[in-house]
Amino acid sequence: MTELKKTALYDLHRSLGAKAIPFAGYEMPVNYPLGIMKEHLYCRKSAGLFDVSHMGQLVISSNTQSMQFIASELEKLLPIDVLGLSEDRQRYGFLPNKEGGIIDDLMISNRGDHYFVVINASRKEIDFKYLRENISKEIDVDLIKTRALIAIQGPQSEKILSNLIGELSSLKYLDVKDFSYKGEILWVSRSGYTGQDGFEISLPNSLCEVFCKNILDQDGIEPIGLGARDTLRLECGLCLYGQDLNETITPIEAGLKWAIQKVRRTGGEREGGFIGQEKILNQIEEQPYFKREAFFPDGRAPLRSGTKLFSDDSGKNEIGVITSGGYSPSLERPISMGYLDYKKFKIGNPIFGELRNKFFPVKLTKLPFVATSFKRN
Amino acid sequence: MKFTEEHEWLEPDGDTVKVGITEYAAEQLGDIVFIELPDLGTSVTKGQEIVVIESVKAASDILAPLDGEIIEINNAIVDDPSMVNNDPTGEAWFFKMSLKNQGELDGLMSEDEYKKHIQ
Repeated sequence: MTELKKTALYDLHRSLGAKAIPFAGYEMPVNYPLGIMKEHLYCRKSAGLFDVSHMGQLVISSNTQSMQFIASELEKLLPIDVLGLSEDRQRYGFLPNKEGGIIDDLMISNRGDHYFVVINASRKEIDFKYLRENISKEIDVDLIKTRALIAIQGPQSEKILSNLIGELSSLKYLDVKDFSYKGEILWVSRSGYTGQDGFEISLPNSLCEVFCKNILDQDGIEPIGLGARDTLRLECGLCLYGQDLNETITPIEAGLKWAIQKVRRTGGEREGGFIGQEKILNQIEEQPYFKREAFFPDGRAPLRSGTKLFSDDSGKNEIGVITSGGYSPSLERPISMGYLDYKKFKIGNPIFGELRNKFFPVKLTKLPFVATSFKRN
Repeated sequence: MKFTEEHEWLEPDGDTVKVGITEYAAEQLGDIVFIELPDLGTSVTKGQEIVVIESVKAASDILAPLDGEIIEINNAIVDDPSMVNNDPTGEAWFFKMSLKNQGELDGLMSEDEYKKHIQ
C-alpha cells in the first residue's frame, strides 16, 4: 500500500471531526459529524463547502503560440467548441478515445492567456500523459500541484463568498473571474457538481486553510464530505467517471450529446476532426441502442452501482446495469441511473433489479431527479 | 445486557433475547434508509446473515448472534429506519429470538468488555 496523499485541508478536516476514507489515492472526508443526509439537505437549503483538491488542475499554455492555436490543437482531442469558448468562460467536455469511449470528462476555462482544465482525480496521470503525447510540443501542459481546489455550493453561496472576496452578482453560470484575497489570486468559476448555484475556487495551497476557516466562520455554511457530494450530483443526474462513464461508453450513449456543439457535429463549420469522431458523429445521427437512463426502484431498497437489470423476475434476460444509485435525501426515496440495452429492452417492458438474489421492480423515469438551479441570468 | 463483536446488543428476557445494534454501530453506519428483517419463525444459526441494513453510504448485514428462532420482529424500524440512528438501544430493537442453547449467552461480552472492544 502506498501512503495516501493529503490535501491542503487535511488538518482542517480532522479538526472538524471528518470521517476519512481513501479516494483516488487521497485521504478524503466522506462526511463530517452532521452526516451525509443532513449535509446534503443543508447544501440544498443554504450552502456547503467542499474540498475537491484531489481533482487534477491542468494549465495549458504556450510561450510561442496563440490561444487560437492551442484551441485548434485541443479540438483535435475534444469534440467540443474550444475555439468559440470566450475569454472568462467555462465549458463541460470530455476526451474520447479512438473507439469513442471516454478517457475522462472535464471542465475547461479560457483564462485569457491559458486554458485551465479540471479533471478527475483518478484520471490525472492518464489525462496528462495522453494530452502531452497528443498535442503540439509548442504547447505546455502542466499538472499543477501548488493550488488547492474547493467548491462552495448552494443558494447562499454567493452571499457567503461575497463577504470574503467582494461582489459576485455579475458572474453568471460558467463565468470565470480572478479575485484577490490576502494578496493571492483566486481563480473563481460559477459552477460545480451539485446541480445548484455555486462556485469552484482554485487557490494557492498555502492560503487554502485560512480561506476555508474564514468561509466556515460565516453563517449558513457547513463543510460537506464526498458522501453528500455523491448524492447531490446523482439527484441532478450528473455522471461520475468510473461509474457512469468509462472508456467503453461513448458520450452519446451517456446522454452527453448536448455538450457537443453544432459546430463540431456533421454539417457544422468544424465538423469532426477529433479522435473518436467516427463512432460519435455516427451515433448522433443513428441513435445508440445502449443508453443512460434514470430509474426509480419500487420500494425502499437502494439499487446501487453494479446492480444488474433484467426484463423478468428470474434473471434470464439481462437488459442493463445500474451505474450509480442510492438514497435521495431530497426525494426521500431510492434513485438510480444506469444503462439499458435497447436491443433487448422495449419501452413498456417491465424492469427488475437483482439485489441479494431477489428481483425488485424498477420504473424508468427522466433525469434530473431534482431540478438544477444554476444562475443563468 | 450482552454484546457481540459484530456490535449487536442482546437483552435476555426469560429464555428469549431482544436484539439490536449498538450506538457505536449506528454511528458508524451513518443515516440508515432501509432495513430488511427476517421472517417470523426463521431458524437461524450463529453467523448467518439475517438482517440487511442500507445506509445512505452502503449496504451491510447483521449476523445472527446465536443459534435459535426468530419469534418477533420490530416492523416500526422497517417503516422508519431513522429510528435506529435516534434510539438504537431502546425503541429501535430489531428482533426477538428464542435460543437453542441459553448457555451460549455467557460466551458474549459484557458492557465493559464491549466498551474496551470498540476503543
